[in-house]
Amino acid sequence: MHIPDGFLSLQTAAAAAAVSAVTVGVCVRRLRRTLQPRQVPLLGLTATFVFVAQMLNFPVAGGTSGHLLGATLVAVLLGPAAAVLVITTVLVVQCLVFADGGLLALGANVLNMAVIGGLAGGGLHLLVRRFGSGLRGTVTAAAFASWCSVVLAATACAIQLALSGAAPARLVLPAMAGVHAVIGLGEAVITALVLVSIGTTRPELVGGVETPTSRRPALAPRGLLVVLALVALAVPFGSSLPDGLQWVVGQLGLEHRAVVTAGAPLADYLVPGLDSSLLATALAGLAGAGLMLGVSCLLGRLLVPGKRARAEG
Amino acid sequence: MRHGFLDRHSRLQSPIHALPAWSKALATLAVVVSMAVASPSWWPVLVVAAVLLAAVTWQSRIPAGFLLRRLLLVEPVVVIVATLALWQPGGRTLFAMLVARSTLSLAALILFVNTTRFSEVLDLLRRCRVPSLLLTVLALMYRCVFVLVDEAERLQRARVSRSFSPSAARSWRWVAFQAGQLFVRSSERAERIYAAMCARGWRP
Repeated sequence: MHIPDGFLSLQTAAAAAAVSAVTVGVCVRRLRRTLQPRQVPLLGLTATFVFVAQMLNFPVAGGTSGHLLGATLVAVLLGPAAAVLVITTVLVVQCLVFADGGLLALGANVLNMAVIGGLAGGGLHLLVRRFGSGLRGTVTAAAFASWCSVVLAATACAIQLALSGAAPARLVLPAMAGVHAVIGLGEAVITALVLVSIGTTRPELVGGVETPTSRRPALAPRGLLVVLALVALAVPFGSSLPDGLQWVVGQLGLEHRAVVTAGAPLADYLVPGLDSSLLATALAGLAGAGLMLGVSCLLGRLLVPGKRARAEG
Repeated sequence: MRHGFLDRHSRLQSPIHALPAWSKALATLAVVVSMAVASPSWWPVLVVAAVLLAAVTWQSRIPAGFLLRRLLLVEPVVVIVATLALWQPGGRTLFAMLVARSTLSLAALILFVNTTRFSEVLDLLRRCRVPSLLLTVLALMYRCVFVLVDEAERLQRARVSRSFSPSAARSWRWVAFQAGQLFVRSSERAERIYAAMCARGWRP
């Protein structure tokens, strides 16, 4: 999902970079307040861990293989703010050492994978964890949250491409969301398996590095809300620009006056923009999320035996 | 594993390598930004950029084969994403434009990465007022990547030497277990690194 350079327009890249810079800044400030000094190396080593874990191959049918993405895993292990910082670091090193992912697109990549991946993953994990207790609850919530974070990140990526005029929204949005609904399934299973592995050997490592204060749970749900609002706001914009440049040209030309005198330009675009295919995608996304919640519960039950089963076994 | 696998060519000696990091960063940014704003009628800009990049490659003594291999590594992603543009009016021009712009930006970035040491990049970032916590984490990551790659290989060797090759379903479980244990070992190493950092007078 690393966007290379050359696809994003300057405006889109700049806007994404601004949002990312502010969010990473907020997370750094928060960590500086709550993090103990001895946990700073842990952040560095976790970033390295994510990088190396992405090299481990999980075989998929037909000789292909997938790998861990890791934003939600880190959010569950260290907390959402730390996850944003850690994944940002991974992306910066991938860009500035391996030239993987564009330089101008770095802001957009950080927004999609670190900010949306970390905050949405961490926020949803905290919300869903209440449904279960102990490791099983954590694993269930993490599986669900990682699927959602992958799909949300892919949606954001598709919106940025559509806004830049690199691809038509009604094509790229369902394509990216659809493909990543499948990739997210793999990510959910891997995240759950890795968490079970860590939770059964070192249970104290699961649960976040931030010292528990009364203000602690505030960031994740707020971050989640911001992410959802961003995506929800951007969807109609992305879809109302079916072919970016041509649209701008059209607006600057003859249609300009007509739109302004109409007084409500947005009303004109929102309705035809949200055509049936996009609505269908949104509905499919909701249905997928519901289905995924069930799959996650099943996964949690399967991977973490309950107290009774453990006592019998 | 040798640390040099990360950015072998950034330690070469050449006139380009000797330039200050900020000038190379500015030049790279200039190429990337001009690629982002270039419209199809601006094709001479692309030609100029291509000639410029070829000249820099020649001057920097980076093997052209290496540059091409790195380009080919990312090119499939570029082509797949660009293919989506074919469904638009004037799609073919846009497709060619996207691929060309993306390839040239990528070449510029690869050249920057391989002519500048990461320590210089970090210094540049510090002067751009990037928060010190982020810089510390970046430096730690750059320093520790090859250590953890070795650790992962040790885990893999231990697993392979104790087992037959597993079925696909079971191998997921085992690779995930390997990843989990890698995190456990990373966190243990982080504690030792913290002790070592304190012993050398590190302050957050």
